[in-house]
Amino acid sequence: MALKTTEVETKGSPSRHRSLGLSDEQALRIYEVMRLARAVDERMWLINRQGRAPFVISCQGQEGAQVGIAAALRTGYDWVAPYYRDAGVILWFGMTARDQMLSFFARREDPNSGGRQMPGHFGNRRLHIVTGGSPVATQLLHAAGVALASKQRKEDAVTAAFFGEGAASQGDTHEAMNFAGIHKLAVVFVCENNGYAISVPQSHQMAIENVADRAAGYGFPGVVVDGNDVLACYEAARQAVERARRGEGPTLIEVKTYRFTAHSSDDDDKRYRPAEEVAIWRQKDPIHRYATYLRDAGILSDAVEEEITERVSQQVDEATEYAEQAPDPTADDLTTFVYKQELKP
Amino acid sequence: MAVKTVIEAIREGMDEEMARDPSVFVIGEDVGNRGGVFLATDGLYKKYGELRVIDSPLAESCIVGVAIGAAVNGMRPIAEIQFADFIAPAMNQIIEEAAKFSYRTAGDFNLPMVIRAPWGGGVHGALYHSQSIEATFAHIPGLKVVAPGTPADAKGLLKAAIRDPDPVIYLEHKRTYRLVKGEVPSGDHVVPIGKAEVKRKGTDLSLIAYGLMLTYCLEVAEKLAGDGISAEVLDLRSIKPIDREAIIATARKTGKVLVVHEDTPFAGIAAEVMAIIMENAFDALDAPVMRVTGPDVPAMPFNHVLEEAFMPNPEKILLKARELAAV
Repeated sequence: MALKTTEVETKGSPSRHRSLGLSDEQALRIYEVMRLARAVDERMWLINRQGRAPFVISCQGQEGAQVGIAAALRTGYDWVAPYYRDAGVILWFGMTARDQMLSFFARREDPNSGGRQMPGHFGNRRLHIVTGGSPVATQLLHAAGVALASKQRKEDAVTAAFFGEGAASQGDTHEAMNFAGIHKLAVVFVCENNGYAISVPQSHQMAIENVADRAAGYGFPGVVVDGNDVLACYEAARQAVERARRGEGPTLIEVKTYRFTAHSSDDDDKRYRPAEEVAIWRQKDPIHRYATYLRDAGILSDAVEEEITERVSQQVDEATEYAEQAPDPTADDLTTFVYKQELKP
Repeated sequence: MAVKTVIEAIREGMDEEMARDPSVFVIGEDVGNRGGVFLATDGLYKKYGELRVIDSPLAESCIVGVAIGAAVNGMRPIAEIQFADFIAPAMNQIIEEAAKFSYRTAGDFNLPMVIRAPWGGGVHGALYHSQSIEATFAHIPGLKVVAPGTPADAKGLLKAAIRDPDPVIYLEHKRTYRLVKGEVPSGDHVVPIGKAEVKRKGTDLSLIAYGLMLTYCLEVAEKLAGDGISAEVLDLRSIKPIDREAIIATARKTGKVLVVHEDTPFAGIAAEVMAIIMENAFDALDAPVMRVTGPDVPAMPFNHVLEEAFMPNPEKILLKARELAAV
């Protein structure tokens, strides 16, 4: 088993979110985006298994880490360089269920890529989401470059770069952290450690327990956080973001989490991890945990939960219906935008 | 107009662009206080400071990846790879990232960035300080590749590359740095990317080249004139986009074409030029299109006998040109 399992955390203080500076509304908003990310993802699997779309890659299990960390950033001002599971990040940063579904069905209107990239390859200049390809860890250097530009212009924008523990093995990860450390760039490196890089467990990826320990080698702090505790993720990110904004340099946050699904719709995770392990982690579902907290804090009543569920399902339904009927690119679209050119009206 | 060397023209081009646009900056190994190993950035660190002339760690993927990110966020980076031979660690960032940003976002992102790389042999640089890399990158849609051969073109194409909205691989031939001198127009001299130039007019045959080979071909044309053979010399200058019209025009004009480069021949630039001619000017040819190139061996050896055996030179080009003229 790649990750040590611990008992499901007992209830926290009911005012924990307020002590972190989050209003009740903000706390609920975080919950709703987590729910939306999960619901879109579940719908994608359903549609994929019905044979209506060829590919899905999931955020399930990691929504707490993603939304908790994104919520500590200033949307529209700060930047994110996400990796392919980061639906929670990009939904927080302004993408919608419809955008997700347009990408899933690879429609012309897909705002990430016009239907060119597989789902999960996010990118939107207006929303400050740096486009990503399939090679892993390249985005960490892009994040360092984005942050360098902010420093050159004396702006205090922060850039968060997300990656898995598998990508931590890439040379670009080292080069990015080294460069960001040298120049004290406003970067928050977020390693979403879900224990597996497709099938390869962490124990075969590195000889250490915590990716965060490597931060010491780059001259900045590394912290380990319970990735299924959304408020803990928010808290760690807030500290890292404040530090970065003050010009004190990067932080490496490692969130220990787990993916509930196989690597992708083309993977069979039964070949490399026991069902019991998945079951244990499902009990630590970040959404259920957070819902329990919010109920205990007295801000998530049955009525509010029902409203959220209603809104989320409505968005997913509407998005699915819209995107499935949206037009494909035409063959003429094959040759456009190889280089910058006038955007078509 | 003042006479300058290629390296002076490059330095001046960067200096002028940095002066006119605060978003232009340089990042690379030894570009700061040292002024670059070839002194391309000499004086720029003092003039523009450490935020605009950045000594990078010894890590090429870092140089290019950081440049990409900076270009995303409104800057116009000039990323210097110290020798073209060391660009391989940055291949993933160049080919999978930089070249695809525009295409994979349907035009939402574009990367105004230049990757400068000293290339080419004939400098006793051995395997790892002599390579030609133009064919590798010209094969990748989304990249532009330029290889100037004169001081005026070096400056003008560099300025065009810096202002270009897409990633440009800017190749500066090491042997030309101080060997080739020429007049550089004063003022804001910009040479458009994608335009070849006839550097010498002729009627009997065409020599097509770029980089150091341009200088050699001009020498050869002079010698051919002594034989009573009128050779036209077409300088490609831009490898990608390539100036198809200029290639077709010179092929149609002379009916005999010799393509020259020091890069290896297989699937190289000469092969592409020959294909363009075959597809568009076959009916105008009086002889098969020929080429003089480096050999298909991994790289240029250190020993001078081996280096000379690798490099095309005026003698080898002249021999082939006479063969072509005699057809």
